[in-house]
Order: sequence, then C-alpha cells, then structure tokens
Amino acid sequence: MAERKLFTGGEFLVTEPRSDDVFAPEEMTREHKMIYAAANDFVKREIDPNIAQIEEKSEALTRSLLKIAGEIGLNGTDIPEEYGGEGMDKISTGLVSDVIGGTASFAVSHSAHTGIGTLPIVYFGTHEQKKKYLPKLAAGEWVAAYCLTEPNAGSDALNAQTTAQLSDDGKYYLLNGEKIYITNGAWADIFIVYAKVDGEKFTGFIVERAFPGVSSGVEEKKMGINGSSTTSVVFKDCRVPVENVLFEIGKGHKIAFNILNIGRYKLGAGVTGGSKMTIAEASKYANAREQFGKTIGSFGMIKNKLADMSIRTFMAESIIYRVAAMMDDRFRTSAIGAKTPATENAKMLEAYAVECSIAKVYCSECLDLCVDELVQVFGGNGYVAEYPIERMYRDARINRIFDGTNEINRLLIPGTILKRALQGRLSLFDEIQKLNNENNVYSFDPTKLDAALLGIQKYMLTTCKKILLISVGAAVNKFLDSLAEEQEVLAMMADIIMEIFAAESGLVRAQKHAAAKGEKKAVYHIAAVKIYMNDMVPKVVHWAKQILVASAEGDHLSDRLAVVNKLSAYPPVDTIKLRRLIAEKVLKTKRYPF
Amino acid sequence: MEILVCIKRVPDTAENEIEVNRDGSDIERDDLVYSVNEWDNYAVEEAIQIRDKVGGSITVVSVGDEDAEEVLRREMAMGADKGILLSDNAFEGSDGEGVATILKAGIEKGNYDLILTGAQADDGAGQIGGMLAAMLDWPYASLVNIIDIVDDKTIKVGREIAGGNQEMNEMDLPCVLSIQTGINEPRYVGIRGIRKVASMEIPMLGVKDIELLSESVGKSGAKVKRLDYFVPELGEGAEILEGSTDEIIDKLTELLKAKGGIK
Repeated sequence: MAERKLFTGGEFLVTEPRSDDVFAPEEMTREHKMIYAAANDFVKREIDPNIAQIEEKSEALTRSLLKIAGEIGLNGTDIPEEYGGEGMDKISTGLVSDVIGGTASFAVSHSAHTGIGTLPIVYFGTHEQKKKYLPKLAAGEWVAAYCLTEPNAGSDALNAQTTAQLSDDGKYYLLNGEKIYITNGAWADIFIVYAKVDGEKFTGFIVERAFPGVSSGVEEKKMGINGSSTTSVVFKDCRVPVENVLFEIGKGHKIAFNILNIGRYKLGAGVTGGSKMTIAEASKYANAREQFGKTIGSFGMIKNKLADMSIRTFMAESIIYRVAAMMDDRFRTSAIGAKTPATENAKMLEAYAVECSIAKVYCSECLDLCVDELVQVFGGNGYVAEYPIERMYRDARINRIFDGTNEINRLLIPGTILKRALQGRLSLFDEIQKLNNENNVYSFDPTKLDAALLGIQKYMLTTCKKILLISVGAAVNKFLDSLAEEQEVLAMMADIIMEIFAAESGLVRAQKHAAAKGEKKAVYHIAAVKIYMNDMVPKVVHWAKQILVASAEGDHLSDRLAVVNKLSAYPPVDTIKLRRLIAEKVLKTKRYPF
Repeated sequence: MEILVCIKRVPDTAENEIEVNRDGSDIERDDLVYSVNEWDNYAVEEAIQIRDKVGGSITVVSVGDEDAEEVLRREMAMGADKGILLSDNAFEGSDGEGVATILKAGIEKGNYDLILTGAQADDGAGQIGGMLAAMLDWPYASLVNIIDIVDDKTIKVGREIAGGNQEMNEMDLPCVLSIQTGINEPRYVGIRGIRKVASMEIPMLGVKDIELLSESVGKSGAKVKRLDYFVPELGEGAEILEGSTDEIIDKLTELLKAKGGIK
C-alpha cells in the first residue's frame, strides 16, 4: 500500500485527501483483528457475566479483572515493551477501548487506569519513573488515577489551588490541596497530581498512595457508572520525593492538556463500542417484541431508529480509526518509545488536538443518541430498572462531561484551528482569500461531478468546506481578536467542522470498501453515506447562515447568503428507502451492521 | 512429546442465532461470526499443559477453506507451535469418513505421539476422533476429562461416565483422544502471543501434498449425504416460549407455578 500522507492537524478543512491517505476500519491487519477478538473474549468471559457485581462497586472484583486484562495485554498497548507493555499502535489501543467500551463502569475504571492514569508516565516520565511504575500498571497490579479537577478548577483547569512546596533539605515537595471527582479515587495506588510549585508553577507529580498525607474522600453518589470509584483525593502535607516530579517544573499544562488529547481519543473509541452495543440490544428487542401481531422491528419508525443509530456509529467508528492511523503515522516518524524525549512527545500529542476533540464530542453525542433511542425502542421496559437499558442510559451521560466537557471541546476545535492559521501552520486564510477572489461560485452542476461512486456526496462535502470557510472568514473579519468571546459562533463552527470530518471519514471509507469488495458488498456503506450527507447539508447551511447573520450585514451579508444558497442546492435522496435497507440488515444480523 | 490437535472453524453459537436457509440445504451463512470450535479449544489447552510439563511440540491442524487459517493462528497465539491447513477444492463436501481420511493422510506426513480432537463440534457429529483412530489403528478414548502422562510409552486417561462417575484407563502411545469441555480452563490469547504468530507462515496442503486420491474424499467420496435441514414441527405437549430472555423467564416461571412445578 502506498504510504499515507502525513497530515497536519485540521488540514482536512483545506485539502481533499486522496482515499489512500485515509485509513478505514476495513483495512485492519490480521494482528488488529486478533487483538479485537482477544479483547472480545475477555469481555464475554469476564465482564458480561459479572456486570451486576461490578455495578456494586466491588474493588476486589475490578482489581482482579484489571489483572486478567493485564495478563492478556489489554492494559499495556501504549506502554513500550521494555517497560512491561505491548508497545502497540494507536489502532490497537482504539480496538481495545472499543471492545471494553461497552462495559460501562468497568470501561471507566479501565480507561482511567490505562489512559489518563498511565499515559503521563509513558510520554513524560523519566527512564527511572517508567521502570518503576509502568510494569506494575501494565500488569494491573497497581491501579492509576488522574487528579486534575478541583472544586474551583473544573473546565478552568489551570486555576488549581493545590500547592507544592520544596522541603528545606530539597529532597521532597509538600503537596497540599484537594482534587475532586477522581475516577479510581478510592482504589488507585498511584495518582498523577497537578499542583502549583510555590503557588504559581503548574507542575505534574507522581504520587503513591503509600506516601504520607494522601487520603480519599467518600464515594460520590452518581447518576451512572456506579460500579466505578469516584472520590475526592486530599493531599495534606503529602511528602513527594523530588524524583517524582513529572517532566519539568512549571510544565504541568503540557502534560495535562496533551494527555487529555489522547484521553479524548480513547474516550471516543470507548463510547463507539458502547454505541455498537446499544444497536445490538435494540435490534434483539425489536426482533422479539411483538405489538399489533408483528415484531416492532417491522415498523418503519423503529427501523428508522435502528438505521440512525447505525449510521451515526458508522461515522463515529470511521473517525476513530482514521484519527488512530493519523497518530500512528506521526508517531512512526519519530520512533516513539522510551528514548523519545518528552518535549517531542508533547508535540506529537498536540498535533491532532482538533481531531481528538472531534472524536470525543462526536462519538459521545453519538452514544447519547443511541442510548436515547434504545430506551425508546424498549418503551416502558426501557424505563424500568429490571432491564439493563435504563442503566445504559444513565451510564452514557458522563461522557459528555469528563475529559473536557463537550462545550470546552467545541471551543477548542475552532480555537485551535484559528490559532494555527494565525501561526501559519494551516493555510486557512489563504483558502478563505481564494474563495473571496473566486467570483465563480458553483451551483449544482452534474457535469462537473467526480464520476466516481458517491460523486454527488463528494461534491457536497467540498461545498460544505467552502461554506464553512465563507462563514469563518466573515466571523474573523467582524470579531477579529474578540472572536474567542463569541461562544455561540464558535460552537456552530465546531459543529460544521465535526460534521465535515465525520462525513469525509465515512465517505472515503465507503468508496474504499466499494473499490476493494465491489459496490454490491458496499451497499450498506454507500447507503449510510448517502443518508448522512443528505441530512447533514441543511444543518451545515443553517449553522453557516447563523454565523453569517451574526457577522455581517447589508450587501456583504446578502452576497454571502446568496453564495451559500447556490452552493447548497443539490438533489435530495430517498432516505426512507435507504434507511429501511440498513435497518433490515441490523435486524437480520442483530448487531452493528458494518 | 509430539502432539497434534485437530481443530475446526465453526459458527460461533454465542454470537449468532443459527437459522436454516430457505431451501433447507444448509444454515444461513451470511453475516455469521465464526470462531474455533469450543471443544477443540479445550484440547489445545490440554496439549499446551502437557507440552509445558514434559516438553515437545504442538501442531494444530484443520480441514477447511482459507478462512480456517484464522482459527489455526488463534490457537498458535494461544500456545501451539505450528499450524497446518489441509485445504483443497477436492475436500469440499466430505462426510465424516472423508474428513478423517484427509486428516489421516496429513498425520502420516508427520510423526506424532498423541492426537487430540474435540469430543464434538458445534456443527458436527462427534465422529472424527473414533474414525481417525480406527484408520490409524491406534487406541482411542472418547470424552476424556483427565490426562496424566506416565512416560513416553504410556498415559492414564480419565473419562466421565454416566451418573457422574469417573473411569480411569491406562493407554499405550501413540493414541487418539477426544477431549471433553471442562477438562481444564483454556487460557486467553494474549497480545504477545498474537504478535508472535501474526506473520508466521501456515503451510497449506492439498490432495497432492498428502498423497490422496481426489475421488476418495469430498463430494465424490462421501457415503453419507445430507438430505435436509429443517426446524422440527412442534410435537404434542411441547411449547416454545418466545420473547426476550426476561420475558421467557417470566413466562416459564408462570407456567411452572401454574402446573405446580414450583410453589
């Protein structure tokens, strides 16, 4: 296979990638498929039969499950082999998260442990720190937690009050402060803690529970994920040896934000697995439950739900593995491993901050759509605690909150893109300029279409990018430096950007699948993309127009609205028929159909 | 000890609901998820434990199409040392005797002390082990749930018999054993194992390689032909409960209560 192009973050908005440059899940290697199967075996044998007990917040059980996961290698895909891990690629990590993601509470414990709990040491630890901690974490012998949030530092993470004071003999730091909502809080053996040295230099520390002055608060009573531990963690004159400073004094934000990037990607993969599970549950029930003498799956509105859940999950999955491959390509260029300097790692983790935020927001909202429709398919049975459905509904909700709320991530997506454009890292303004100069705005013209499969959809995707650039151009022009204050405008930009990335990932995937296996075998992929693009363009147009009316007036506004109207004219697709096609497949296979 | 384990790729009954296809010639195979036959997995685990105790090596073998390679590789990732795929268009449509004939021909290309099979397959008739032993003229024990290696000539073999009783036998090597589930707890396939075998070559042998006559196996050699696949008609006194698992349990509880089965 030809080498994939190495994209810069956000570049998808200003380029049209060749299909060879976008990884699709159908291209998994044999090794990837075997890893997926191995993780699946673990979930089927160890988690599924124990769901009720896990839900009772059993530390002993969750610890024993993490140990078994460790034996299989499911904790260490990101940990280099020399430190007891598996040293696998990000696609493998994504696959493990995807499979375990359906296990709700356990998924949260596992993800906090292997993700934000372990990765700071993997990417920012010294050789000695890695040697000391990573083998135990890979084995599941020790459990990790990540302590960033404080009562007055939630989304505003750098507002932390926890302090670190160097002792007189210079041998250790004294940590004082309280962290809240810490996943694995009562169980963890080590904590990644952020505190301000001398009250100002935000710094990361590795803190062992055994250090004097560490204590956990009571378990929070939560809406969902009740089988996971969530407590406050208090540090009172906690003595942390100087060799446990992570990375550099005053560089804690580099760790905190970059680790969140990868945490967001992992969360996206996990919730995508959760979405797949809801589809299986909904489909089984729709096949079994009868009303009016027919299974409810035979009714159009139920079919609609099954199709929508599947299409959205298809896009989510396409995003996840596309981003995983992008990260792998970037990591490969600098032989990630023990020897890679932390500063290099920070750069690599930062590269796809936009794409990681998209994965987090898009996939967590996909799961919420899925659990919501799942409850609806189950009707009254979805609302009573006798069935697992209401638990799944509650469990899902946290994903839009942790690892950076979806609101914070919506600000980060356009914020990061604009920042990079200003730094000259992304040719966004050139492209906007080109559109301004080009007076030839294309209305829908079938003769101009790419003759390839899904040509109209590809064309519409290109026009959506143009519509985005036109609206971004107007907003930047109007608000200049104060754009950061215009959260509503930024959120609409984020929505358009996410839709474009999702649709492009799904579209290229469908085209590649059809090219590899023939159009007949790709019929469901093709249907999903046709439906998705058909429904997406009006939404993009709506957001773009809202941005425009908030940003321009007079002729300037009416010219741009006219351009958007012209660009967005396209022939609608019969999505009823196509949704039924996908739903029939879901009903037949009784699982996620792609 | 050189151990051979015969394994098969079968539709995973935990992942699929098996349905008969429209013309009753087969099950509906579109969209099925396949895995290694459960009994075979126990046999491989047993082989690994024996090898780790007394040394030697394990070969896993399967008769099937190219897709069968994935279960061979899975069992190699679990701990088997080598894999052999017996695959040829001429093998298609073989009956039990045909499959045993193919396996025997494959076995004669190697040199094995012990051959294990699963006691049965999810989609099979439980006949390969016995036929194979007869063809090789080796001793055979079925439904084995204990294996003790005595020395390189002799083993002790336990079988569960009716009423939960246990039988122990002494057998000469080489021999064939069919393995019952529950004999051990099969280990997980770990990522390290997967990486070790992901790029390993698995030789594929056809009729010529194992010196068989095409006519003796496959459709032409089959003396047992499947006539039909169907869902049996409901007999009298039988009722099939339908609905979700929870609904079925509720209905069953009601029925049992109504008929005085439970109080």
